[in-house]
Amino acid sequence: MPPAVVLVTGVSRWLGGALAAELARDRAIDRVIGVDTVPPSPEMLRRLGRTEFVRADIRNPMIGKVIATAAVDTVVHMNISSTPAGSGGRGPMKELNVIGTMQLLAACQRAASVRRLVLKSSSAVYGASSRDPAVFTEAMQARRVPSGGFARDSLDIEGYVRSFARRRPDVGVAALRFTNFIGPRIDSVLTSFLRMPLVPTALGYDARVQLLHEDDALAVLTRATTGDFAGTVNVGGEGTLLLSQVIRRLGRLQVPLPSPALGSLGRFTRRFGYVDYSPEQMRFLNFGRVVDTTVLREEFGYTPRFTTEQALADYAATVTPVIPPEVVAGLTGRAQGLVARIGATAGSVGERLRPTPPPPGLRAVRDA
Amino acid sequence: MPEARVIPLRPDDEEPRVPPPGSASWEEQVAGGLEFLRRRVTGDYATDEFGFDPDLTDHVLLPALRPLFSRWFRVETHGVENVPDTGGGLVVANHSGTLPLDAMMATVSLHDDHPARRRLRLLGADLVFDLPFIGSLSRKLGSTLACNEDAERLLTGGELVGVFPEGFKGIGKPFRERYTLQRFGRGGFVTAALRTGAPIIPCAIVGAEETYPMIGNAKTLARLLGLPYFPVTPTFPALGPLGLVPLPSKWLIAFGEPIETASYGPAAAEDPMLVFNLTDQVRETIQQAIYQLLLQRKSVFS
Repeated sequence: MPPAVVLVTGVSRWLGGALAAELARDRAIDRVIGVDTVPPSPEMLRRLGRTEFVRADIRNPMIGKVIATAAVDTVVHMNISSTPAGSGGRGPMKELNVIGTMQLLAACQRAASVRRLVLKSSSAVYGASSRDPAVFTEAMQARRVPSGGFARDSLDIEGYVRSFARRRPDVGVAALRFTNFIGPRIDSVLTSFLRMPLVPTALGYDARVQLLHEDDALAVLTRATTGDFAGTVNVGGEGTLLLSQVIRRLGRLQVPLPSPALGSLGRFTRRFGYVDYSPEQMRFLNFGRVVDTTVLREEFGYTPRFTTEQALADYAATVTPVIPPEVVAGLTGRAQGLVARIGATAGSVGERLRPTPPPPGLRAVRDA
Repeated sequence: MPEARVIPLRPDDEEPRVPPPGSASWEEQVAGGLEFLRRRVTGDYATDEFGFDPDLTDHVLLPALRPLFSRWFRVETHGVENVPDTGGGLVVANHSGTLPLDAMMATVSLHDDHPARRRLRLLGADLVFDLPFIGSLSRKLGSTLACNEDAERLLTGGELVGVFPEGFKGIGKPFRERYTLQRFGRGGFVTAALRTGAPIIPCAIVGAEETYPMIGNAKTLARLLGLPYFPVTPTFPALGPLGLVPLPSKWLIAFGEPIETASYGPAAAEDPMLVFNLTDQVRETIQQAIYQLLLQRKSVFS
């Protein structure tokens, strides 16, 4: 049974807006309500179609009124910020993430009409450390529990959602643990990180990176909203790349810095609202993280269209490489041509120096 | 006349040194090197979820280890026929020699001396992956963390997994205890084999003990550096970096007959008595094989 009234939080951001627009196109759904603290951009507003926009803060009890009066039956919680730059610092970010989720869940618990909750979570809940198994399944937990930042928020949010699911067993709860998003349109921590021409990384470490294309993220969210999957599922593209490989494929220059220097650089850039090098982000850059997507494919019933490699290639089309691969290929090709020419010349010189030419069709075998 | 080889050091060197005519296919080698460089610069190679980089392993890491394998230690491999050509298998070996050279040599031995050129996927302690450079290089060489999740994932994927159950107790033991096996962990490797039904292949390595004979252990320094031991050998740290040159001992690596585990069924992993018995059986087999190899070896350095 498709949902009648869907509420999407965090609709002013790309993924939230795209999901609301997608749901608004589905005629089986009566109403789509988008909530955010900031109004969507005019361009986004056009895309949203028949979505009703409510400017509200989920940290405010008003959200309860919206859910009750509209008789919302499906709530998609996406108003979770992954970077302090986007929400005005770490303090407001934590407030929005944790207190916002608590308020939203409190409102959902009161509303008898709610029968489905979809949470946009993150694979950051698994942390990142040298003690990690190479691949995390949904049943595993962080070996080194993240102590702060977005990962800690994600863990807390999942904890609150789990206790909500206990208190309202009639509500189907789907928690989607996404890997890093990438794509031409989405704006994520990783996309802004990789847009820099010089990419600073931790010296002596190379993270394993698993990516998810924005189209696949959207498809999974849509399916989770309209379907009936309940439980936790890892969402990521197939295959992995090393961070150094990602940087090379994008034609970026990798600048390996010792970890302490990277930390101070992070504090410096964060002040100007650029890239976030929080301690947990640093650990991710050191060790990386890979998740198992068997549940996604077999139980949830979705196979991402883009592998990690293809998703990166699609994103790469939108960034101008500093070191274009064609130039590298051209250079090595020319060098190879040169080598072949020298080889041919050397061969013919050698042949001329030899008194008897070798019989045709046979390789010359010369003894010292 | 020895063959000349051109190894490109700088990609933009327009004129590689021309070797005397007559050397076989040096152009191909240079072309291959250039192609390798192009792949590395543009990231056009594949890596797996464990961080294994076959391109780098085949073209840089294994060639770098080969002189050590064939010239320095003159490793002799016995019993490769006991290692299956395809499918999963758990190679269990003794660990010794202060630095894990035995793990590297076993990797080269299975790749070069096995007809199916098998890759050994080593399991390492978390300390290895905490260290900069060493950790990321180990992953690129195909290692991963020694934990049951990873071991079982690799074995189910049909990989040959190498494990050293003695861990730091084996590699960091004093020279006077050479060739005596230490405790074999908690039998985690046996449960991994039982759960996946992979055969256990006992492997005895002789020669690694003499590479860096550890005559002392600076425990305070080790604690300060966060290391499990700080070795003192006749040459290290007395001779400084020169002390890092391993002694050229003669090495023998022998793979024993596989111990089949599939018939017990995956549920047997929950039976601690069976796990203990199998652990002891593997340990005994390796200890016996070590004694036999020691008898075969004429002297430490020949």
